[in-house]
Amino acid sequence: MNAIKDSLIITKRQLLQLARVPEVLIFSTIQPVMFVLLFRYVFGGSIETGQPGGYVQLLMPGIFVQTVAFTLAATASGLAEDMKKGLIDRFRSLPISRSALIVGRTLGDSLLNIVVLAVMGMAGYLVGWRPTSGLLKVALAFLFLLFFGYALSWVGIYIGLSARDARVVQNVSFLVTFPLTFLSNAFAPTTGMPRPLQYVAEWNPVSTMVAACRQLFGLENQFGATAGSFPSENPLTMSFIYMGLIMVVFVPLSVKKYKNASN
Amino acid sequence: MKTVIAENLVKTYNKGKVKALDGLSLDVEEGTVLSVLGPNGAGKTTTVRILATLLSPDSGRASVGGIDVIAHPEKVREVIGLSGQYAAVDETLTGWDNLVMFGRLYHLNKNAAVKRADELLEQFSLTESAKRPIKTYSGGMRRRLDLAASLIVKPKVLFLDEPTTGLDPRGRQEMWGVIEDLVKGGVTLLLTTQYLEEADQLADDIIVIDHGKVIAHGTSDALKKEVGGERLEVVVEQSSIPKTLEIVSRVSGNQATLDEGLRRISAPVSTGSMALMEVLRSMDSEGIHALDVGLKRPSLDDVFMSLTGHAAEVEEVTK
Ligand SMILES: Nc1ncnc2c1ncn2[C@@H]1O[C@H](COP(=O)(O)OP(=O)(O)OP(=O)(O)O)[C@@H](O)[C@H]1O
Ligand SMILES: [Mg+2]
Repeated sequence: MNAIKDSLIITKRQLLQLARVPEVLIFSTIQPVMFVLLFRYVFGGSIETGQPGGYVQLLMPGIFVQTVAFTLAATASGLAEDMKKGLIDRFRSLPISRSALIVGRTLGDSLLNIVVLAVMGMAGYLVGWRPTSGLLKVALAFLFLLFFGYALSWVGIYIGLSARDARVVQNVSFLVTFPLTFLSNAFAPTTGMPRPLQYVAEWNPVSTMVAACRQLFGLENQFGATAGSFPSENPLTMSFIYMGLIMVVFVPLSVKKYKNASN
Repeated sequence: MKTVIAENLVKTYNKGKVKALDGLSLDVEEGTVLSVLGPNGAGKTTTVRILATLLSPDSGRASVGGIDVIAHPEKVREVIGLSGQYAAVDETLTGWDNLVMFGRLYHLNKNAAVKRADELLEQFSLTESAKRPIKTYSGGMRRRLDLAASLIVKPKVLFLDEPTTGLDPRGRQEMWGVIEDLVKGGVTLLLTTQYLEEADQLADDIIVIDHGKVIAHGTSDALKKEVGGERLEVVVEQSSIPKTLEIVSRVSGNQATLDEGLRRISAPVSTGSMALMEVLRSMDSEGIHALDVGLKRPSLDDVFMSLTGHAAEVEEVTK
């Protein structure tokens, strides 16, 4: 299939970019590793969890989810850069499948996520993170994280194509991802929040993702989930629903936007 | 056969507030060069983007190589090459990387893509910088690489949007050489430019556009004739203006015009320096002293003056 081949060529372009400017890869892994260390040693001591193995067991899933959530920003700004340089016009004038460029980019950003997650996992292990659920479930959790990042990539594509300026893209992406990652159970229990915020946090896709990962890593404690709501009882199902929804909404929107790009 | 045809293209931006094209029509005969000449904001890029399937017009129709650009854009893309107004290549990658990637996207296999990239780099004198990131290229090198990328699979029809804007005189000469070679190779070319000189050098046929409309069409000779070839200009003291107007009109056989602020009198002339000498002699015998005098070749401004009666409004573009 030519459409798939075309997309893979675009993905390969991204890998080549990384090879030419390796700093990008280095810094996109240093940052999450730094988060692991900061949270583990700065806040870790002051958060009482009652969790065997300590705060780091709860922290790691949170940081994994936060990191893949930032794929949105990476995809958006990468694409905005291409727009600015006029590269999108060139790609759109080639006899290739119209979605190759955006599919290729989402795949490329997922590949980058694999590397980043692997490095973070190792860093976590070094500071005492020990998942107890067995290899299969751990692998499933990582797959799950990759899917989540992939789905958010499509939101990034939409933002990247919509904004007129690369700087706006950065700001919009952070405006979307920051509240999502902090208004959640990722770093602290939601039970400490004001009541209305607790509901928001519970239904936040980041929270359901974090809770689902914690389950898959073998944690008993549903850290942060307030009693009885559907998302806190069924985080895996709810996360799948969210990912599906994101894809169903943003894939067609982005493809359409790309076809009319800069019209 | 007409390889490129556009009929009555209309395109508005910002929900109808900006009219970029206002019933523009053009055609390009197979194997020839059409130059679209116009000032900033005339609608050159919009025209190229519609023909290259990047933009759909609000109304009107267009075809390239006999294929309708609106109905079958994917087929059009197989026969065209486009080099836009701003070089569109991946800056972090090397020239070689870029060309191989585009070759692969044209569905050449790996070996063929590499071979073609090497050929093009050679042809455009970029072999030495092939393995350097584009970031380190000069403006002229970028433009050449961008052009090379649009030639990977020899296109039937090539669109070049202001290929020499921003290049120094040497870069411009080099680019002209490259384009002339392409044309010898038989490509049908549509080229936009702001320079009459460039159209003159490269084009078989020229259209002049302004505010999204064609305001003149012809060969460069025909257009120059329309503008009146050379202009004679003479600057005199205030008191001598009426007499000088008379002399210049008589010698040139055309109604002379007066720029009051500059006290400059001018008229198109066909006999060049002969006319100049004649005017000076007549002025001398009338005892009029010329403060400044000269012959000017027609510029794009003159084309505009003579065609529209107003100077080309230069719109500042921010990019
Ligand atoms: N995306 C856009 N949104 C709004 N207005 C636009 C857009 N693109 C072009 N225009 C307007 O349409 C008109 C024609 O623009 P176009 O880019 O086709 O001109 P041009 O002849 O290529 O000019 P230049 O020599 O500056 O490249 C201009 O008035 C321009 O401001
Ligand atoms: Mg333009």
